[in-house]
Amino acid sequence: MTYGAWIILTGVLVGATCGITGALLVLRKMAMIADAISHTVLLGIVLAFLVTQSLNGLPMLIGAGAVGIVTAILVQRLDSSGVQSGAAIGVVFTSLFALGVVMLSFIGDGVHLDVEHALMGEIAYVPWDTLTYARIDLGPKAVWMLGGVFILNLTIILLFFKEFKLSTFDPQLAASLGIPILFLHYLLMGMVSFSTVASFDSVGAILVVAMLIVPGATAYLLTDHFGWMIALSAIIGALASIIGYVFAVWLDVSIAGSMAVSCGLLFTMAFFLSPKHGMVSKWWKRKSFRKSMATS
Amino acid sequence: MNALTVKNISVTYDKQPALEQVNFSVPQGSLTGIIGPNGAGKSTLIKAVLQLIPKSSGDVSVYENPLKQERNRIGYVPQRSEVDWDFPTNALDVVLMGRYGHIGMFKRTKKKDKRWAADCLAKVGMESFADRQISQLSGGQQQRVFLARALAQNADIYFMDEPFAGVDAATEKAMIKLLQEWKEEGKTVLVVHHDLQTVRSYFDHCLLLNKTPIAFGPTDRTFTYDNLQKAYGGALSILAQESSFLGKGG
Repeated sequence: MTYGAWIILTGVLVGATCGITGALLVLRKMAMIADAISHTVLLGIVLAFLVTQSLNGLPMLIGAGAVGIVTAILVQRLDSSGVQSGAAIGVVFTSLFALGVVMLSFIGDGVHLDVEHALMGEIAYVPWDTLTYARIDLGPKAVWMLGGVFILNLTIILLFFKEFKLSTFDPQLAASLGIPILFLHYLLMGMVSFSTVASFDSVGAILVVAMLIVPGATAYLLTDHFGWMIALSAIIGALASIIGYVFAVWLDVSIAGSMAVSCGLLFTMAFFLSPKHGMVSKWWKRKSFRKSMATS
Repeated sequence: MNALTVKNISVTYDKQPALEQVNFSVPQGSLTGIIGPNGAGKSTLIKAVLQLIPKSSGDVSVYENPLKQERNRIGYVPQRSEVDWDFPTNALDVVLMGRYGHIGMFKRTKKKDKRWAADCLAKVGMESFADRQISQLSGGQQQRVFLARALAQNADIYFMDEPFAGVDAATEKAMIKLLQEWKEEGKTVLVVHHDLQTVRSYFDHCLLLNKTPIAFGPTDRTFTYDNLQKAYGGALSILAQESSFLGKGG
């Protein structure tokens, strides 16, 4: 595959992985916790590195998953003990992220891990960091990791499809039926952590939030069907990555930045033009309603 | 036989007692109104019984078994305001959620579940709204969808949290008719209720509650001025002046 094709594939996988996970976050009104987790996983990555002395995929996933869930638990605890929920997220998010930044300075210069990289990512480098097995080049590591996390998250959503749906719409009924709503909550937090780690190299901690939230928020405007919303969210995320890459090459700007901007553009289009929930169609309906009232 | 036995339930919120030492047993085939002033812990009681919130003490048995063993015999209708009506789904799908307990984890909904849900929707007169996005339903229609979902659960004992709040008169009438049918089929129904005027005509049993039970038993014996006075305190005299809900004796 060519260099550009690998970048597009990486971007599409980031969009799809974050898209399916983010759709659930949007419906559960948990966009802010994604912001928190996307930053605190840095601590998990640093811890995993300090333990294993390598930037290997699996220890990073485990470290980030653990810190992501710790983040969610701490936020929940502070929240239920009377701290205002926005403040709870703010406190946990900044302290754990800062701890990650401080610990990052223990890591030597020779390692491909620094604050700027963690925050912004660099998808342009992805194709050069490849996985080799028995001297065969198997393609970029990031693609393997993203592919694995995408399949994992998709499998979890399909397995618990009914349960996620009910516990999001009506957690009380879900609990009364014996559906483990707390387990599902932390499972989703784990999925968010995995998606973030897998996307870290490509888009970094800040822009991954765009990939998690914006496609879901866009899909929410376009469909009234739970399953379709998840699928559409993945498609929008993937589409934004492709459009973003094309623009980045054309204008010679940051690829990840351009991908996130494309997400924003797609959202803006849906916000105005969605057939059901868009501003234009609402305005049109009001106008024709007034007209029909005037003539009748 | 008792459908539900509640022993010594206490619930504490932020170190404030919300419920204290609640004891009562509900006979099978009864329709019970849970009555009490705002903040009396009516919803809290239902949630504590169903183990949706932690309780500081107490025990619940359903048909003489621990609640956990009988989950599929329990139907629950939360307050309408407690769910997100902008959720992307339609009326039929909400009713179908009532089948999830029977379908079980990891399994998909089948055609026969959908048919069952459609039948339930028809029983509440909402069949023509099956494909309607739920945010586009009126309050009464949303409550009917909830009732259809309860029907789909096909439970033996139902807990309903203010099902008549914000519904139109026709819907309320249709709903109470259905609840009375359930009762005749031997199902047990507990309803958190606000409107004191309709208590006598709707319910055969009453639980008067204000953090702790004031009275429980057949409506004739429990829904009296003295008990209401105990439950509502000063607020009752205003209520009583406005209406004649206490019947001849009031």
